Amino acid sequence: MSKLVYLVPLFPLLGFLVNGLGRKLLSKPMIAIVGSGSILASFVLSVLIFFDVKANGASVITLFNFIDADSFRIPFAFQIDQLSSLFLLIITGIGFLIHLYSAAYMHEEEEQHFGRYFAYLNLFVFSMLLLVLGANYVIMFIGWEGVGLCSYLLIGFWFKNNQYNYAARKAFVMNRIGDLGFLLAVFWLLYKLGTATFTDVFAGAAGLSSFEITAITMLLFVGAMGKSAQIPLYTWLPDAMAGPTPVSALIHAATMVTAGIYMIARSNILYTLAPVTQTLVAVVGLVTAIFAATIALKQNDIKKVLAYSTVSQLGYMFLGLGAGAYTGAVFHVMTHAFFKALLFLGAGSVIHAMHHEQDIRKMGGLKKYMPITHITFLLACLAIAGIPPFSGFFSKDEILTAAFAKHPLYYFVGVGGALMTAFYMFRLYTLTFLGRFRGSQEQPVKESPWLMTVPLIVLAILSVVGGWMGIPGVFAENAHSLEKFLAPVFAESAKLAATHHLPASQEFMMMGASTVAIILVILFAVNRYQKYQATTTTAAGITKLFENKWYVDELYDAVIVHPLQALAGFLKNIIEKSGIDALVNGVGKMVSYGSRQIRLLQSGQVGNYILVMVLAMVVFMLIWFNDAAITQFLNKIF
Amino acid sequence: MPIQYYIYLSLALFSIGIIGVLTRRNAIIVFMCIELMLNAVNLLLVAFSKMHYGMALAADPATTAGIDGQLFVFFIMVVAAAEVSVGLAIIVMMFRNTHSVDINFLNRLKN
Repeated sequence: MSKLVYLVPLFPLLGFLVNGLGRKLLSKPMIAIVGSGSILASFVLSVLIFFDVKANGASVITLFNFIDADSFRIPFAFQIDQLSSLFLLIITGIGFLIHLYSAAYMHEEEEQHFGRYFAYLNLFVFSMLLLVLGANYVIMFIGWEGVGLCSYLLIGFWFKNNQYNYAARKAFVMNRIGDLGFLLAVFWLLYKLGTATFTDVFAGAAGLSSFEITAITMLLFVGAMGKSAQIPLYTWLPDAMAGPTPVSALIHAATMVTAGIYMIARSNILYTLAPVTQTLVAVVGLVTAIFAATIALKQNDIKKVLAYSTVSQLGYMFLGLGAGAYTGAVFHVMTHAFFKALLFLGAGSVIHAMHHEQDIRKMGGLKKYMPITHITFLLACLAIAGIPPFSGFFSKDEILTAAFAKHPLYYFVGVGGALMTAFYMFRLYTLTFLGRFRGSQEQPVKESPWLMTVPLIVLAILSVVGGWMGIPGVFAENAHSLEKFLAPVFAESAKLAATHHLPASQEFMMMGASTVAIILVILFAVNRYQKYQATTTTAAGITKLFENKWYVDELYDAVIVHPLQALAGFLKNIIEKSGIDALVNGVGKMVSYGSRQIRLLQSGQVGNYILVMVLAMVVFMLIWFNDAAITQFLNKIF
Repeated sequence: MPIQYYIYLSLALFSIGIIGVLTRRNAIIVFMCIELMLNAVNLLLVAFSKMHYGMALAADPATTAGIDGQLFVFFIMVVAAAEVSVGLAIIVMMFRNTHSVDINFLNRLKN
């Protein structure tokens, strides 16, 4: 079965080619069928591979040599193990639902843009599959770059709006900064170990000095920061909301942002060997989680709230990775994929129904118009807030427990972030679905078509039950089936790292306390925003800081963008004009001036020419015949 | 006769030729001066040829030393004859077109 793994990325690639090349020929239903069908085929294969891996364990399939130069060899190989097969399921499964949803969401687009959209979407999934399947860092990097490119294409999908183009460019540049770190790390590994293949790198990692391994993991983490939107490279993700909503779902849930988590989870041995980097990862994750949560508290754009919530949740995943809870981080990736895809698709459904209104202050009371969207959205909110027994509770709890074992401070700050998560999610929910309708639409708001609600329902079920495969050990022995499944991938790290086990009573107490606190926060949020009236008073103090996203964009503008533009202007106006241009034009001017002067030598008088010729010959003769024997002879005769 | 005399004579002839070429404007005189230079060289070649032959003869009665100098002279004379025919033809054509044999009229190709 695993032999057929190359088909998994091949189907989306074919879908991309068919839709991309035939976008002007195919009809819209045809495009949607090709686009979704290719992902469905990959999903079916992924399921088969998943069970194959479960039964027969991991394997590496080498297709051909990607680079083959003397002893240096990069094979184009696919790594099929527990981790990658799980990611395959997430990517293709959720990717398929998003494709299905897109068919309805994007139906207003013209045919060729519709085709372009599905082509990009397929390419996106293809790149992500390549990233996850690659058996070495180089193949992973191909996918890594591919998702960056596709995010650029899709964020700027509506390219007639310049604002969207800027957002796309920002995403691309931010990602490139991270990619540089990743690339340097890969070069370093190649230089030191001569190979980028995961198994060889992990086997040879113990031989690296502690400085090298710390530096390499830091550089890899810089790559993860860019891709997974961590401080300081997170600002592109909220701006990525410029793209169509299903794209946001795809970026936030199934692809792209999980790449950083996947890469670190894949390189878990390197990180376990570098405790300094681990601490950095945990701190950056924690700070991002809190920081993004505070911004999400005061955002009024339905998608912006979700975007900052993604940044925040990614922070938790990095906290988990930094605390050594690799399983927990992957678990949270999975549950987050379920409920974040659901939230985005739900938001898309709302935006679709509200005729592209995204301001939650102008919504409200949608509960009775959009029952399916409302119920599924509520389930997703409960899941992300961490109410048992919804999926988010288990994964977040696992990360926070591991963080507590590392350092209690991590735990308390993390719980603070979780409370904020509950608050802003239910603020969003209440403002959107409860209270009275504050919009000004003449047309009635109605439920979205079945093509959009079916993915919502499927994802809602997953959001509810998705956590049950990772029930913590305190409830039942051996109930954490995900941990057992992933154990071979993290086995080496588990051996190296000392495991802390909290007493069961303490763990129960922590869970209970945080759950009660979260429920109280939810009740407070619902109560507070139920009777919401749009006010015009401007915020002050810390609220203003939250509303303006801590002025980070402005800070980056002032510190990086403006000086860079000033430098570019200086180079363009001064260096280019009076330096390079002067040099190039100077050569031309000198040649034409010189030739004008030399022209005067050609007088047209034949006598002059002959005189010059004779003189020249005399000079040459004097030079050439300046020979001892001849001089002697001449001296003799004269 | 010492070789110096031949050298002086041909040097004088050659210099007259050069000066004539440089100073005169009449194409026919320029032409004659060129011939003069060629013949100055011929004279020198013959003189050296004879000198080398005479020196080698004392050692070896059957020597052919210096014979190539004489050969060159014949070649130069042949080439000069061909050159004269072409050159005179050019001068005739020039006279037909400009009614003059002044070489300074030949700068018409300018501009």
